[in-house]
Amino acid sequence: MKFPCFGCHKTESCNGCHVKCGEVDSKPQKILLVGNPNVGKSAVFSRLTGVHAISSNFPGTTISFTQGNLRHEGQNYILIDVPGTYTLNPTNEAEEVAKRIIMGDSDIVVIVLDAGALERNLYLALQVLELGGKAIVALNMVDEARHKGIEIDIKALEEALGVPVVPTVALAGRGIKELVSRLKEAKKSHIKPQSDEDRWKTIGNIVMKVQKAHHRHHTAKDRLEDITINPLWGVLVGVAVIATSFFAIRRIGEGIINYILDPFFSSFVLPLLENISKSMNQEGIIHSLLLGSLINGSLDFEQSFGLFTTGIYVPIVMVLPYIVAFYTVLSLLEDSGYLPRLAVLFDSLMHRVGLHGFAIVPNLLGLGCNVPGVLATRVLESPRERFIASTLISIAIPCTSLQAMIFGALGGFGGKYVVIVYGSLAVTWIILGRLLNILLPGYSPELIIEIPPYRLPSLRGIGLKLWFRVKGFLFEAIPLVMFGVLLVNLLYISGAMNLISNFLAPFFNTVLGLPASTAGPIILGLLRKDVAVGMLLPLNLTSQEMVISVVMLSMTFPCIATFIVLFKELGFKKMMLSLSIMLVTAILSGATLRLLFLLA
Amino acid sequence: MSAKLHLLKNGQKAKIVSLPPGLCGRRIEALGLRPGKIIEKVSGMPFRGPITISLDGRQIAIGHGMSERIIIEPLDKKGEKL
Repeated sequence: MKFPCFGCHKTESCNGCHVKCGEVDSKPQKILLVGNPNVGKSAVFSRLTGVHAISSNFPGTTISFTQGNLRHEGQNYILIDVPGTYTLNPTNEAEEVAKRIIMGDSDIVVIVLDAGALERNLYLALQVLELGGKAIVALNMVDEARHKGIEIDIKALEEALGVPVVPTVALAGRGIKELVSRLKEAKKSHIKPQSDEDRWKTIGNIVMKVQKAHHRHHTAKDRLEDITINPLWGVLVGVAVIATSFFAIRRIGEGIINYILDPFFSSFVLPLLENISKSMNQEGIIHSLLLGSLINGSLDFEQSFGLFTTGIYVPIVMVLPYIVAFYTVLSLLEDSGYLPRLAVLFDSLMHRVGLHGFAIVPNLLGLGCNVPGVLATRVLESPRERFIASTLISIAIPCTSLQAMIFGALGGFGGKYVVIVYGSLAVTWIILGRLLNILLPGYSPELIIEIPPYRLPSLRGIGLKLWFRVKGFLFEAIPLVMFGVLLVNLLYISGAMNLISNFLAPFFNTVLGLPASTAGPIILGLLRKDVAVGMLLPLNLTSQEMVISVVMLSMTFPCIATFIVLFKELGFKKMMLSLSIMLVTAILSGATLRLLFLLA
Repeated sequence: MSAKLHLLKNGQKAKIVSLPPGLCGRRIEALGLRPGKIIEKVSGMPFRGPITISLDGRQIAIGHGMSERIIIEPLDKKGEKL
């Protein structure tokens, strides 16, 4: 794998062009950050480069590489945060990526070790050192190891490995300066390639020489760690954590909407737009494109459907607060180290749908946005699991944008209808998962996962991560929503929407019991789900029609961004299979709901 | 006397005797769980849920099916052979 030049950003034809800028007199050096999952590589990376890489307290947060730059004493470095791997004999896609990068060319390898689990960490370290490149070791989390009664003799470790060793606490930024200043001391190790058997022997000898472990009594934290994976208490705590999370997300989201953003938009933005509307005589094509149509004689943020009314109100007021709320709560769960425990609790359930417990993590991420959810399936071992997980996520896991709109569209009819939508999605997730598990050939591997110790999430870490994710939403979602609103208006004005609706009317009327006007929104769900649900608002649907439309919309075509990652992650054939399953599932669910409503 | 990992009682110690062959064994070994290591069972989930063990002060959860294929030698509280 090649990486672009620091100066000209070309991958192939660069001939040291960065010299031209006059500041740098040598080629930038490429540094790889490698190590086991969850040893803090991403935290080291963020500290070194200032580029924020998402770090969490569970194995497998980094699933593809992140790149950043560092300058020290006139030397430029390109840093690559390699996904965590236990070994150079990969067992899943993320480790495969790691192996390809490590085996490719680089100038220096920074091996990040978890001081609290030296023995296991040394296996990969030796494999990397045996490749014969220049290396330096960052012995991370030395504070945590010390609390556990583990002391490591740095000098002895340097001697044993034959490369410099720098103790660090990356989360707090300690030792990072020393690591940077000693980068130039990175060197080749004396350790030669050896068999697996011999490598473990070497590791045994090194650990015996450099590590002293004192016995230490059970602390309150240990007891908490034990309780949360205890069969009875663990499940109770799990239920409490999930319930609290949903409650908190709802309250935070609603709070931001009701007390901050909605009042601001109603009392400042609306009058401004009303004035503009009046100056345009409240009519004309430009008026309908920019501000939309008048509802009961005035502009309405939810229903007017103009670029600057609904187009900004939906992403900023209706969706953004829930994005902030969801990711605040998720970040807390991620950084505390609770998620792997959830994987243990859910393992039995996940096995019924052909996955193992750790697949709960991609599914949870999917509740924020399906894109990172589908990407996170890379930590699953087999293509079969990845297909099942991606398909389930894109069909039955509603992202935060969609959920915000579900509440927006159905909240007015009563909580009961919101529950029906969530219930339908949950039932579909289980039935579809069962079916896929039975129908797809092969079997799914078992769970095996390291459970990290609990850590108190840092405000800085949570804040950075939240900002990173919210920024992603602002830059990617808002332009798409505005484009969607524009497209919808153009389709209505040109009459194309009528054609589509009339064409699909018979099917929608008879099978789903929906008015033809809902066809447009459901098809436009392909672009963005929140826009599509927004389009349902002005249609004056009954509560039951709204429920069916929303469920159909949630399940059918993934939004454009999810569509692209599905294609990238699954390939064309499997994506088409996944999309066919999606279409059938959505129609069946819509028709079933209608039947149930007729019977009820 | 050897047994399988899932049969251990909570809090009981054991020495790993052998791992299943192939990829499955490699995944276990990568986490530092190798023949000869001493472990302690922490807990097991019902309905064939995962077994959590403690190894060198770190906890590892292992799927039930996988744990049935790990051969161990149970030890007493002091870590002596039974």
